[in-house]
Amino acid sequence: MSKTELTKLTLTEARDGLRKKSFTAVELTAAFNDAIAAGNGGLNAYVLPTPEHALAQARQSDQRLAAGKAGALEGLPLGIKDLYATKGVRTTACSKILGDFTPTYESTVTQNLWDAGAVMLGKLNNDEFAMGSSNETSCFGNVINPWRRKAVSGALSNDKLVPGGSSGGSSAAVAADMCLAATATDTGGSIRQPAALTGTVGIKPTYGRCSRWGIVAFASSLDQAGPIAKTTRDAAILLKAMASPDPKDSTCVDTPVPDYEAEIGKSLKGLRVGVPKEYRIEGMSAEIEVLWQKGIAWLKAAGATIHDISLPHTKYALPAYYIVAPAECSSNLARYDGVRYGLRVPGRDVTETYENTRAAGFGKEVRRRILIGTYVLSAGYYDAYYLKAQKVRSLIKNDFDQAWAKVDCILTPTTPSPAFAAGEKSGDPLAMYLEDIFTVTVNMAGLPGISVPAGLSSQGTPLGLQLIGKPFDEGTLFRAGQAIEDAAGRFPVPVKWWA
Amino acid sequence: MKVDEATVHRIARLARIKVTAEEARGLEKELTGILDWVKMLDEVDTRNVEPMTRVVPIVLRQRIDTVTDGEIARDVTANAPKVEDHFFVVPKVVE
Repeated sequence: MSKTELTKLTLTEARDGLRKKSFTAVELTAAFNDAIAAGNGGLNAYVLPTPEHALAQARQSDQRLAAGKAGALEGLPLGIKDLYATKGVRTTACSKILGDFTPTYESTVTQNLWDAGAVMLGKLNNDEFAMGSSNETSCFGNVINPWRRKAVSGALSNDKLVPGGSSGGSSAAVAADMCLAATATDTGGSIRQPAALTGTVGIKPTYGRCSRWGIVAFASSLDQAGPIAKTTRDAAILLKAMASPDPKDSTCVDTPVPDYEAEIGKSLKGLRVGVPKEYRIEGMSAEIEVLWQKGIAWLKAAGATIHDISLPHTKYALPAYYIVAPAECSSNLARYDGVRYGLRVPGRDVTETYENTRAAGFGKEVRRRILIGTYVLSAGYYDAYYLKAQKVRSLIKNDFDQAWAKVDCILTPTTPSPAFAAGEKSGDPLAMYLEDIFTVTVNMAGLPGISVPAGLSSQGTPLGLQLIGKPFDEGTLFRAGQAIEDAAGRFPVPVKWWA
Repeated sequence: MKVDEATVHRIARLARIKVTAEEARGLEKELTGILDWVKMLDEVDTRNVEPMTRVVPIVLRQRIDTVTDGEIARDVTANAPKVEDHFFVVPKVVE
């Protein structure tokens, strides 16, 4: 098998090929190392490729495969978002304030992956501290979407499209065949929106399904880890390996992780799917509506029944999020003080050292969110903002709880529009925040949500559909997601222009 | 909600982030815009609503109160910008 053929495999195909000894883990890893060396200059998906580390892991995988001791992900090369602490490998959250921070410990989720035999190809770019929806706030520069849109003439335009964010390195690397799959994190849509904009599958599991230990914190009551992959089955395999109970994270649940892959291919007969009228928003493009109707028809054809539902507090989720998330971020990011790790910019005294360090180390969007968070938590404003937002959050969760009496999962678009070009929305924070309008409700209610590619826009770029599930019912999302994938097909990038 | 320049400086001081006068003028507008937008929540009647404190009704797990690690001073200080004998070095705090 040629190197290009190896990198085009799905995670499932690569797993089965390794087990059948069609190729070795070293051959597979070397093919990805080459793809990264050739293509990363064009896409900037990796901030730190680790080819030697990957080959060393692959050699060990080959030994275990030969000895019949293969783990669930044995020899499978993955990309790791730079928010995950990796022992001995620089971890920056793509912020200058972490400098060359090199963890002396490993995050629980990545440890689970290595224990299952996976191989790390490198650390992936993301928006600084996961704050952004376009991967334009990283201190390592923008990630470029491997997809290009068509100009009016029908020819491919050279506009540099964003890969979504914050997990833009993850989505771009998976779409560009620069890893089999990647880890990502999702606080307001950071797994699902980039997946939708790159034709990949991304799932944010239920809050508490994956351990947050060792993942750089943004908003602790919203953050969750999850995978971005080429197929629904690949995402199911990866989530099974990432999730685990964890004594180091008290918000991580103790319940056993089900075999998600077993859900793939099961019938949708009798599945009740809700369609919420509040997601039909003003200004949503007509092609998104068409895509949504196609999704409804596909699920119906697969045996599901469709039900109109109402989630009346939907429009309040985004403003409530922009109180809760900045408030928690201002608290979490207080730890970057120039004393214990990362950057230090000296001042006359310790206070000025803090102020100089944080002014120089944090980018513009991160500073903006810390200041908003500090404001809403400051004396006299706590009740009017944070407490109010947490009450609205109860109402949002309540909307979903009532829906679950009637339906088993909910179908919506993932984003209100396809991938946009770098710079098109970065001047207006509110326009950028609207990218997460369909995904943020899921974080506010702590529910699982998956984005599956479902079609192409009139510009020839991918669009995604989102399925929202009951708490800890990721299995249903994989089952219904596969039905959409079966009907819509897969969406590989048509032209490899970057290498 | 109008955030004036003095408020920006007060908030920036609380957040320990130095802002220049020029940055403060830009932030005045941006923060006012965002806070005006979130004021949309005032439409929602939350009089008899409890604030959300957790996503799933789980009892917070507890563990036995024992030491589970330690003797890792070298690890703890490994990434510090300035260290002496496993101590973090900071500018003089007490005169």
